[in-house]
Parts: sequence; structure tokens; C-alpha cells
Amino acid sequence: MQIYDTEINSRLLVGTAQYPSPAVLVDAINSCRCEIVTVSLRRENADGSGTGFWDTLRQTGTRILPNTAGCHSVQEAVTTAQMARELFGTNWIKLEVIGHADNLQPDVFGLVEAARILCAQGFQVFPYTTDDLVVGEKLLEAGCEVLMPWGAPIGSGQGLRNPDALRGMRAHFPNVPLIVDAGIGRPSDACQAMELGMDAVLLNTAIAKAGDPAAMAQAMAQAVDAGRAGYLADPMERRNMAIPSTPILGMAELA
Amino acid sequence: MITIAGGGLAGLASAYELARRGVSVRVFDPGDSPGSNSVARFAGGMLAPWCEGESAEDEVVALGALAADWWAQVTPVFRRGTLVVAPPRDTPDLTRFARRTSAHRPVTGAEISELEPVLSDRFQHGLFFEGEAHLDPRRALRDLAQSLQDMGVELLYNTPTPALIDLDCTGMAADLPDLRPVRGEMAILYCPEIEINRTLRLLHPRMPLYLVPRGDGHYMIGGTMIESSSSRPPSLRSLTELLSAAFTLHPAFAEASVVEIGAGLRPAFPDNLPRIITHNGRLHLNGFYRHGFLLAPAMAARVADQILPGDKR
Ligand SMILES: Cc1cc2nc3c(=O)[nH]c(=O)nc-3n(C[C@H](O)[C@H](O)[C@H](O)COP(=O)(O)OP(=O)(O)OC[C@H]3O[C@@H](n4cnc5c(N)ncnc54)[C@H](O)[C@@H]3O)c2cc1C
Repeated sequence: MQIYDTEINSRLLVGTAQYPSPAVLVDAINSCRCEIVTVSLRRENADGSGTGFWDTLRQTGTRILPNTAGCHSVQEAVTTAQMARELFGTNWIKLEVIGHADNLQPDVFGLVEAARILCAQGFQVFPYTTDDLVVGEKLLEAGCEVLMPWGAPIGSGQGLRNPDALRGMRAHFPNVPLIVDAGIGRPSDACQAMELGMDAVLLNTAIAKAGDPAAMAQAMAQAVDAGRAGYLADPMERRNMAIPSTPILGMAELA
Repeated sequence: MITIAGGGLAGLASAYELARRGVSVRVFDPGDSPGSNSVARFAGGMLAPWCEGESAEDEVVALGALAADWWAQVTPVFRRGTLVVAPPRDTPDLTRFARRTSAHRPVTGAEISELEPVLSDRFQHGLFFEGEAHLDPRRALRDLAQSLQDMGVELLYNTPTPALIDLDCTGMAADLPDLRPVRGEMAILYCPEIEINRTLRLLHPRMPLYLVPRGDGHYMIGGTMIESSSSRPPSLRSLTELLSAAFTLHPAFAEASVVEIGAGLRPAFPDNLPRIITHNGRLHLNGFYRHGFLLAPAMAARVADQILPGDKR
């Protein structure tokens, strides 16, 4: 899979918040062999003060995708992105502009505006968005080359609340990498997203808050692989009645 | 004579375990008085091994179980348990918390109001960890220092540390590989209208809150966990979340006075467990993370055994 100019093999992206300890996080990263991890920045980190934790992450050899989690305005998101570029030496930014403090729904208007500003400044933006097609188009116009629609609200673990909308996105944007971000709770959710033809999934809480994060990370990686393989294998169509797999024509009629 | 650098939580606890084994001990600390320079002054003072088990390694639970008895030798310990509650929409978190922890029992709304009458009708489900306790961190450090002086330990505050020492307990000031700061913000509220007697935890997916009674209408609330070495005062964002969580516990907190806010850096290793290690020829006890009061007693006993190998009580 190619995102911007980078070739990526693992279709599972992992967030790094809320783990019991950095050691557990490293175990999880190693057991799912993800290549990209997201990291949130706070103002406290402006002076590079998160370094102890980041050093641990860098040692895993994964590529860091900084995010603007918790930013509620365009200005805040843009400032955080600039800070991230400085600190991590990367043009990648996962852009979140939160519209609602309670359910963390993205503010799609602010998102498009921030994406426009950041793309113009040479950032490669990964926008966390809804499954709205028009918003997706505006983000592409703004210069994004990947879209990250939600599956369900952040941290809810509800799974895909609107698979039809994601299917619609796939059909509408056949050549744009689509990464489901947020809402994945179980391996079956991740698998379903991949079966729908999504290019990758990004998840955090489902692994971090599992009883055994490393085991869950591995299960998620397997689910992503299974879903992808299933999508590529072109699944049969569903029917609303049973069809025997052995043809009945020609069967002997025994009286 | 055993010399210790650092008269914070780990240093004083180690001094106690060593002095108890009959050796003379001298503690050096650049601060003014016991605890004045220690991150423990921001601590909640919870002795809550089973609740911590939700996200900590099993070792924390095992090592922390005797902490309350240890502290009770030197300072008042309030053995009133921990009450864990969640707003109705966060009951899945309560289920998960119960599954990940032990030594608790479920409590109904009626039982909650029996334990803490001010919470009556506010929460319908909770968990009660009867064996847990809390103390007042600042008082505990002062009392511990007093006991040490009574035992003949020399506490040298405002004093530069000599180059050669036997044990380094300098917390975040130690230059140890992999030791990182985890920033924690807290506040102290004064709210005489409300009487709460035990540690409360309010579960929330983003901002779990704990509240520890300090007596006389004072309550400590905390604590954020941020991967940062910044020791600037608490941010408005963190305070807003903490204070509104307190308001969720009880609306009368709206009228509380915020008498203090603070932020401290918890010293932690990657597995968030404390370690006894030798680095550049010096023995260190460090990495207490959010478990200084909980784990210092057990770790101090271990380090004393290591320094005085023949002397297993
Ligand atoms: C918001 C918050 C809430 C917390 N709540 C709890 C809780 O409820 N329960 C719990 O168990 N723990 C809690 N903790 C954690 C606890 O406070 C720490 O784990 C503990 O204080 C660490 O102890 P320490 O001795 O390693 O460091 P400190 O207590 O900070 O002591 C280090 C000492 O070393 C001294 N020093 C520095 N440089 C030198 C030098 N060169 N020479 C000599 N001395 C030096 C300093 O002056 C200081 O006195 C909390 C922490 C925070 C921030």
C-alpha cells in the first residue's frame, strides 16, 4: 500500500495512548508488527519534554505519525502540527479537529480549513473525518491524499456503526487510501472494515485497554490480514434464502 | 554508617528500614525540610494496591498489600477502603474495572449511600475495596522524618551530598538510563458542606478522577498522567477536566474553594515498576511512578536486605 510517497506493508496502525506502561506498549507493537504508530502532542511537549517516552517509541523502529488529538480549533491544530514537524522531523500529521468535547466528533468544517492550511505548508495530512462523501471530496481538494473515516466515536469500541457509508466511500473514492480510524473494539470489527475494502485500520483503545494488550494486538493484526485477504478474494454475494451446495437436480427420487 | 542521597519518600523509607536493622544512617537532601522538595507533596496518599491492579503489574498488588501496616507505625492511616463509582453511561467501565481487579465487592445505590451519605441517589452501582487505605502525604513524610530522628538517624537538609554515598534515592534528579518523568496535576479543594470519608474513584474513559479526603473539609483531587518533563503549573484543560469530574461526583463541589493546584513529575521506568539497580558504581532505588507510598515500604526492606546481606530480620 502506498500512502503519500511511502510504501507500507502493515495495514494496522496503532495509537500509543492509555497503555499500562511503555513496556506493555512496546510488546504490543512488536506482537502486531505495525509499521506506523500515532503519538499525541500536548503543549507540555513544546520544548521536547516528552522525550523519555518518545525514545522508547523510536527504539521500536516504527514510523511516527504525530496527531493533533484534543485540538478543538483550526489554530490549535495548525500550531500543534507545526510543533510536531519540529519535534519529530516529519511532514506527516494525523489531523484531528474535535467539534464536540463529549463524543469527540470531528468538526469537519474546521478540519477542511486546517487541512488546506497544512497542505499548503507542505504537510502530508491524514485527516480524521466522518464518512461524509462531500467532506471527503473537500479534503482531497485541500490536498489530502488519504482519508481516515471513523467507524464509531473515538474510544467507544462500538465497531462500524454505518458499514454502508464506508462501502459508499470505497465506491466513491476507488483510488484514495481509506483508513478506518476510531471505533474499532474487537478483531471482528477490524476484519469487517477490511472486508469492506478499507486499506487499513487505525486503533488504540481496543488494544491499550484489553486485559492482555500484546495478545489483542496480535489478534487485531490477524483480523486485518484475514479481512484484507477476504476482500481481495471477492466474497460471494449474500442471499436471503438457503441454497444447497450440492445440486438437487438429478437426485434420485426414492419413493 | 550508611549514607543516602535524597530525603524524599524512597530515601526516608530506606533510612527507616536500615535504622531498624541497627545501623547508623545519614540522609542528605538539598531541600529545606522533609518532603519540601519531594514529588510526594503532590501525591494523593492512596494505599490502593487492588485498584491499581487494574492497570499495574501483579507485583504492585503483591508488594503493596502490606503498605498500610507499615505506614501505620509512623503516621495516621485511614483504613476506610476505596469506593469506585461511575456515571450511568460509563457502567461498562465499572464492569471492566471489576473484571481486572480483585478484593472488591459490588455495592448498590443503597449501600453506597450507607458508606458515604452525601452520595445518596447519585450512583446506582459501585465497587467497594474494603482493604484499602489512605494517608496524608505531607504529614506522613514529616512523621516519618520525626520517627527517624527519634531513632538517631541524621537528616541533613539544605546540605550538599558528598560524592561517595551508599544509596541514591534522588527520584527525578537521578541520571539513570530509561528513567522518565510522568507529569501529574492535582488540586486541593476546601468544601466543608460535603463530608466524604474515604477515597473515591470516578471512572471515566478519558479523565478518571480520584478524591482523597484530607480532613476538615479538604479534599485532594487528581491526577493526570502525561508523558512530559514539564513542571509548569497545571493547564486549564487538565484542571477543567478534574474540576468538572469533581462536580460530577457531587454538585456541591461547585461551591468549593480551590485552595491549591500543583504539578509533579513521577519518576518511572518503562514497565512503571520500581527498581533497585547499580549504575556507574552507585546503588539506586528509584522508579516509584505513581506508587511511592504504596511500594516504598516493600522496596526499602529489599534494599536494606541488599545493603546488609547478613541481616535478614
Ligand atoms: C499527582 C501525583 C499523585 C500521586 N499519588 C500517589 C498516591 O496516591 N499513592 C502513591 O503511593 N504514590 C503517589 N504518587 C507518587 C509518589 O509521589 C512518588 O512515587 C514518590 O514520591 C517518588 O519518591 P522518590 O523518593 O523516588 O522521589 P521524591 O519523593 O521526589 O524524592 C527525591 C528527593 O531527592 C532529593 N534530591 C534531589 N537531588 C538530590 C541530590 N543531588 N542529592 C540528594 N538529594 C537530592 C529531592 O530533594 C527529594 O527530596 C503521586 C505522584 C503525583 C505527582
